[in-house]
Amino acid sequence: MSHIVLLGMNHKTAPVDIREQLAAACLKDINPLHMIPHLEHVEEMVFLSTCNRVEFLFTCNSVAEGMREIKALLKTHVGLPASVALDSYLYLHKDLDAVKHLFMVASSLDSMIVGEPQILGQLKDAYRCAVEYRTVRVILNRLLHKSFSVAKRVRTETCIGSCAVSVSYAAVALARKIFGDLWDKSVLLIGAGEMAELAAENFLAQGVKRMMVANRTLERAMELAARFRAETVPFDRFLEELKTTDIVVCSTGALEPVIVYQDVRSRMRERRNRPLFFIDIAVPRDVDPKVNKIDNVYVYDIDDLQGVIDLNREERLNQAQIAEHIIDEETIKFRDWMNSLSAVPTIVSVRQKAERIRRNEVRKTFSQLPDLSDRQKEAIEILTESIIKKLLHDPIVFLKKRAQRDTQAVYMDFTQQLFNLAESGGGSESRDTQPDLPAPQPVLPTDRGAG
Amino acid sequence: MESFFLVIATLCYLSGTVGYLVYLFRDRAQLHRISWTILLAGALFHGAALAMYTAESGHLPLTTIHEALCLFAWVFVVTYLVLQIRLQLRILGSFVSPLAVVFMVSSSLLPSHIVLRNEFFKSGWVIVHVASLFLAIALFGLAFSLGIMYLLQESYIKKKNFGFLYGRLPPLERLDSIAHYCLMLGFPLMTAGLLIGFAYAAVVWHSPWSWDPKEILSVVTWIIYAVLVHERLAVGWRGRRAAWLSILGFSATLVTFIVASLLLSGHHSVVPGKM
Repeated sequence: MSHIVLLGMNHKTAPVDIREQLAAACLKDINPLHMIPHLEHVEEMVFLSTCNRVEFLFTCNSVAEGMREIKALLKTHVGLPASVALDSYLYLHKDLDAVKHLFMVASSLDSMIVGEPQILGQLKDAYRCAVEYRTVRVILNRLLHKSFSVAKRVRTETCIGSCAVSVSYAAVALARKIFGDLWDKSVLLIGAGEMAELAAENFLAQGVKRMMVANRTLERAMELAARFRAETVPFDRFLEELKTTDIVVCSTGALEPVIVYQDVRSRMRERRNRPLFFIDIAVPRDVDPKVNKIDNVYVYDIDDLQGVIDLNREERLNQAQIAEHIIDEETIKFRDWMNSLSAVPTIVSVRQKAERIRRNEVRKTFSQLPDLSDRQKEAIEILTESIIKKLLHDPIVFLKKRAQRDTQAVYMDFTQQLFNLAESGGGSESRDTQPDLPAPQPVLPTDRGAG
Repeated sequence: MESFFLVIATLCYLSGTVGYLVYLFRDRAQLHRISWTILLAGALFHGAALAMYTAESGHLPLTTIHEALCLFAWVFVVTYLVLQIRLQLRILGSFVSPLAVVFMVSSSLLPSHIVLRNEFFKSGWVIVHVASLFLAIALFGLAFSLGIMYLLQESYIKKKNFGFLYGRLPPLERLDSIAHYCLMLGFPLMTAGLLIGFAYAAVVWHSPWSWDPKEILSVVTWIIYAVLVHERLAVGWRGRRAAWLSILGFSATLVTFIVASLLLSGHHSVVPGKM
């Protein structure tokens, strides 16, 4: 029986420089998915890397072995120095916990800004990549598709999503209340987080004149700059840009404020006191709250912005609870599906389905032929029963044999699809809602029959 | 007839103000258009009354503080009506029209003894002196209203505590730049008006400066605005401090205009028996 394992680190467990190093290294060289043929115990794998998280989602038969392989992959392939004590930053989720965690991530409940919509797109990209590398099969295929539909459900049934969208919208609305038209204003992004992107998109839609990006890792800055037609600024020189820029969006992972009172104060005269608007969406904060005391300088942190849209804290917590409830429900449904992948329940339901069909057909026949005697009826019953038995004999023997193998899940899933066993929890519904994604194929093991 | 027109004008201003105050709470373009038109009608009646007075007496209605304030109120309203067409800053009406009512009502409460010798007021110089100063003060009055709006809006945004006017008030930069525009237009007018006054005084009284309290206060006011203009242009002052200073400047102007005329003696005084 395969285990689903999720190994990773996020903004809560790892400092930003570690995360950035890891994410950058993973993107730079060959994708870690490329290494999967060399891994003995890891069966399926999806690799998700954003600026706030790095996660390996994989299935394996032995959790300890799988962990060892993935950690080794991290160390050697990614080239992290041995001095970095990686273990203290990592978290590990197994089976249902991993499923739940993935659902939380997809629904943006685990994000730095709860409800920000970018993460789902990033997860879809990660999945697409895994499909290209052919590293997802039955379980992860199903799991990822499920996570997309869970995210969609959370988005439509709670207002978690509108919360984050309106945070960046609130920032733009405030900027418009300070500056009026934004067409001659320039925006500086310090740190290139998910939320910064969202804010940048909103500001760009307002037609700001100029956009600049300063980020610790230049590559990420360049990536963002290319997307928003922006310029990059060396990270250690962004303070100089305060002289010319009008709106600053801060989202670095720094633990200490990167902009303090004197930094701004001393540059206000050179700016000729033109208003300066800081949008500080970093947690912990990037801009010292004292900066707000300077004339013509306005500092809004994430709480202030959330206060602007009058969704109060209680309401937000309430929404988060609803979302978690949805996720718990879906996790249980997924567990049921996972359980059905073992041989016995599959065989049972194949038999049940056949028996149901047989009974229905027999009943129809009897009602059309009312003058059958009891003996004749009995004969028909026996006849149909034995047809079914003979017909199902070989498939069931086959399934029982395969149940001993590691790849049983593939056959069980295939069987279920072949007989259309799971009418309610069937995979088809999630596929229809994701037309932009490659449909999960029932991948039969060819080159990697682990048996 | 004149006083009848003045009453109608005051009533127009009053109802225009009511319209604009309702507009503060209800964002209806229609409401603004009606209020603006009522103010315009008031200004027409007001202007007719002033014209009739001038035609009758042969000089501008400036001989008493009552008349002077009444004339100023007219200049103020007309300045607003014209600027409104250019600026399209509708909410400004809600802050300006109450001032017009205050000027009209207080002008009718002030004493109206004729004291100033009429011959001085027939000169074209006096007309230019008064016209440019009144226009300057009217512009400063608008800057004052804009300053109040700015401070309100600024405190909402700074304290992150959004009062009910937050949504209705325009962006800070817009308020600041219009105030700047009023100031840059008003200050040269004020300077010119004062210089003409000094020149005329030099001709009539053979000395440009006679330690008249109104002269002294005018110069103080001028210095306040000079500081404001200098800081705005040279240092780049803007926003809260500039708003406070323009509020201070206009208050000083009002003090100069009313208090000095009423309580202190001199050329400009209208208190009976002192001259």
